[in-house]
Amino acid sequence: MATVSANSATVAHAAEHDHHEPQSFWRTYIFSEDHKTIAKQYLISGIIWSIIGISLSVMFRLQLGFPNMKLDFLRPILGSWINETGKLDPDFYLALVTMHGTIMVFFVLTAGLSGTFSNFLIPLQVGARDMASGFLNMLSYWFFFLASMIMLGSLFIETGPASGGWVIYPPLSALPQAHKGSELGMTLWLISMALFIVSQLLGGINYITTVINLRTRGMSFSKLPLTIWAFFLTAVLGLISFPVLLSAALLLIFDRSFGTSFYLSEIYIKGEALPNVGGSPILFQHLFWFLGHPEVYIVLLPALGMTSEIIATNSRKPIFGYRAMIASMMGIAFLAFIVWAHHMFVTGMNPFLGSIFMFLTLIIAVPSAVKAFNYITTLWRGNIRFTPAMLFSIGLVSFFISGGLTGLILGNSALDIQLHDTYFVVAHFHLVMGAASAFGLLAGVYHWFPKMFGRMMNEKLGYVHFWLTFIGIYLVFFPMHYVGIAGFPRRYYAFTSYDFTKNIFADMNAFISLAAIFTFTAQWVFIYNFVHSLIKGRKATQNPWKSNTLEWTTPINPGHGNWPGEIPAVYRWPYDYSKPGAKDDFIPQNVPYSQTPESNLPHENELIGLEKEIEAQNLNDQFKQPH
Amino acid sequence: MVYIIALLSVVFLGLAAVVVSRMAAVVKNTNGPVEEGRIGMSNRINGALFMIFFVVALIGAVWSFLYAKQFFLPEAASPHGRRTDFLFWLSMGIITVAFVVTNALLFIFAWLYQHKEGRRAAYYPENHKLELIWTVIPAVVMAVMVFTGWRAWRDIMAEAPENAQVFEIVGKQFNWIARYPGVDNNKLGSFNYKLIDNNNDTGIDYTDEASFDDFTSTSELHIPVNKPILLKIRARDVLHSVFIPHLRVKMDAVPGMPTRFQFTADKTTDEMRNITGNPNFGYEIACTEVCGQGHFSMRIRLIVEDEASWLAWCREQKPLLTSTPELASRIPANLKAKAAKYLPADAPAAPADSTTASTTQGGVSVASATLR
Repeated sequence: MATVSANSATVAHAAEHDHHEPQSFWRTYIFSEDHKTIAKQYLISGIIWSIIGISLSVMFRLQLGFPNMKLDFLRPILGSWINETGKLDPDFYLALVTMHGTIMVFFVLTAGLSGTFSNFLIPLQVGARDMASGFLNMLSYWFFFLASMIMLGSLFIETGPASGGWVIYPPLSALPQAHKGSELGMTLWLISMALFIVSQLLGGINYITTVINLRTRGMSFSKLPLTIWAFFLTAVLGLISFPVLLSAALLLIFDRSFGTSFYLSEIYIKGEALPNVGGSPILFQHLFWFLGHPEVYIVLLPALGMTSEIIATNSRKPIFGYRAMIASMMGIAFLAFIVWAHHMFVTGMNPFLGSIFMFLTLIIAVPSAVKAFNYITTLWRGNIRFTPAMLFSIGLVSFFISGGLTGLILGNSALDIQLHDTYFVVAHFHLVMGAASAFGLLAGVYHWFPKMFGRMMNEKLGYVHFWLTFIGIYLVFFPMHYVGIAGFPRRYYAFTSYDFTKNIFADMNAFISLAAIFTFTAQWVFIYNFVHSLIKGRKATQNPWKSNTLEWTTPINPGHGNWPGEIPAVYRWPYDYSKPGAKDDFIPQNVPYSQTPESNLPHENELIGLEKEIEAQNLNDQFKQPH
Repeated sequence: MVYIIALLSVVFLGLAAVVVSRMAAVVKNTNGPVEEGRIGMSNRINGALFMIFFVVALIGAVWSFLYAKQFFLPEAASPHGRRTDFLFWLSMGIITVAFVVTNALLFIFAWLYQHKEGRRAAYYPENHKLELIWTVIPAVVMAVMVFTGWRAWRDIMAEAPENAQVFEIVGKQFNWIARYPGVDNNKLGSFNYKLIDNNNDTGIDYTDEASFDDFTSTSELHIPVNKPILLKIRARDVLHSVFIPHLRVKMDAVPGMPTRFQFTADKTTDEMRNITGNPNFGYEIACTEVCGQGHFSMRIRLIVEDEASWLAWCREQKPLLTSTPELASRIPANLKAKAAKYLPADAPAAPADSTTASTTQGGVSVASATLR
């Protein structure tokens, strides 16, 4: 009854919209408010940024692996940062390290990953026509774009980009006279990051609102795919923590430009005692890591969410412990806010505070362990198809375990005394956060490419890409632990000044650099595959992976509004793979229990009665009919 | 090792060549017939590769570990260092077991449960008992690790004992300055950053009489063996971090907020030369908080010697006041008499007391030092 009246309303509405004109090129492709287009904009920007970010790391790996190498061939790119003797400038070395970190953490793994897949998948998987606010969504991308341009521009200025490490600890970053990179480069860094944070907040508000308000009929929170849970919690994390980074950056801007003393106290530099007293550099570290630690999970959770989806689909099995997965993500999201000071054990912070943060930090290992075990159990007795996305997901789980375990050592404040700021830390976070999240991003691209562009990526090239990258990343970061245990500090331009680093591990560093170059080279297989498949890839079918979630019920190339008719209603959870009794080994979310009496579990038969109720409600369709 | 690198480079090049040739072949086939849902050879190859990767990687990990082990955690020369080293290897043992087991399961399951035509995956969405077990086990293991770590941390960070010998180390761009409390009163004088200038690079405040016998060095820090040391740490300009790898000491130097680290070195430099078999061995202090261009070379030598020779060495050093008499002008009038013995006879504003001057010139004969 209710359905009929809803339909008649829809018809009337459609008539009103008949005179819709096709939008101009600018509105369709550039200043688009369509979540799919914005997602693609984020993806392309993210790929370009990752090429830049990883290239920077290759440059400083050349310096670290081959300290005597003549780098004259880099002069066309770096100009006078390569000095007359063919050596990399020590100031620019720090700039490379800093920009690599900033770009990879914020511009690739935050914007490129969350920006792409939250935008693309949230409306498609919860069953919405678009984001809650298409306009804010567009603003979000263009703020990000502006931030990108400013950050990119800072690479080319005379004094060089920011170079105090991606954590930009003051007073180094606050005093232009202390360091070349603290001059104009730092100002641009701060402006760029302020804009970036605005972009993240606009995006995050949108993601949260969309997930809460625009779920389709029947899509209760307990039926949401884990991807959406992950994006939702990520957005909440970002919304709470990014403003704190903004305040930290603003106070730093005040200190730099308006003579305040938030972070400055008792400083004598370049023959001059500064008047600032009463500030605390430690305050900045607290504020920074209050974002900085959740940021790790902002980067990682979306990757874990997508992996859950991909592993379940390709194992042809329900994800093991759906509720435990949600609970552990919530646990991680909560704990992420109360562990930040484990980055600061040896800053002179009160040791009692250190003890508290050590306890809290090691608690976070429990939900992480649960997630890892659940992934492994999902594979158990599955019927696994190794699509490239699946390979990258398995690789992610391996990195997540390998990198996460060393966190147990670093989170232990007594052991952190020796290992803090050594290469052990670098190896740890590159595996668990860098490589794992990057694999999540790649897995997502391989898996959802057909939905994004209507074509398939080449699988064989995907396999080659996976194996080269997987092996390459382990070759880079596994030996790096050794260098760290030997006590090599990070952010060193050269290891020649100290006896304890002088004559050892030169070969290991050279090996790591070769492996890094190898891994970087392997990424061109992906770039080639991506571009080639975009143009010439095999046409995709509607549901190429035989997946259960709603995005595969849209047309192959979903138009504006995603579904041509009504948005499908949802009756079941997204993981009914290989259900005993069912004809196929998957039952999409929009198939009612009344149509699958052969496979229903006892309690599911009782849910048949609710189907009418689900169909009756149609509160969430913004347009009723697609535009 | 050079050969290994060369070998690996060749392997990489070979792999790259294979990729390029495959790519050409593959690209030709992209527009070929569409075989929907066919799962064939590639799946088996990928499954097998996971097993091969696991075995080869495990061998590689063990081999590289054995090779690199010689450089690990350089010989600890402090009791707390040996304690954290033990905890480190204990934790390492635990996580290595977890690392091997979980990765093994991951790769073995991937290989074992690869697609087979006609097989159906198990519908196995949850098992509360299993989930409870693997929540509790990591929690218990973690609790043990946290507890041992916390006790070590508590002891390391405890207040220094009364009899600890105090030193100060000041970080600046780009070197360390060590300040000694002097042999007469064994007390560090107070300081103020506004007093820093070329003559007084740590900002010693000469209105405090404890400052008079303090002396500084930018090249080395001498400390006595087997005696609790309290290292007071501060920074002049930006953040630095004191890192003494062999003593397992690390603490940031923060402008405006003095920090400290207490430890005991129980091997002298000479003993370490014997233990490491390196006749040129020397303790070093490095910086581990990025501080600008010269961050990688903020080296100062640390010399650990027995207490007698340490004391003798201290007595040979001249107080800063003696080597830089210009500073005497900063001494308030009521303390001038006390400072007099540190000043050369002809120093401005110093009373010409020849006996005091002659004793301080030698610097050794002052017997009133109370080493607490």
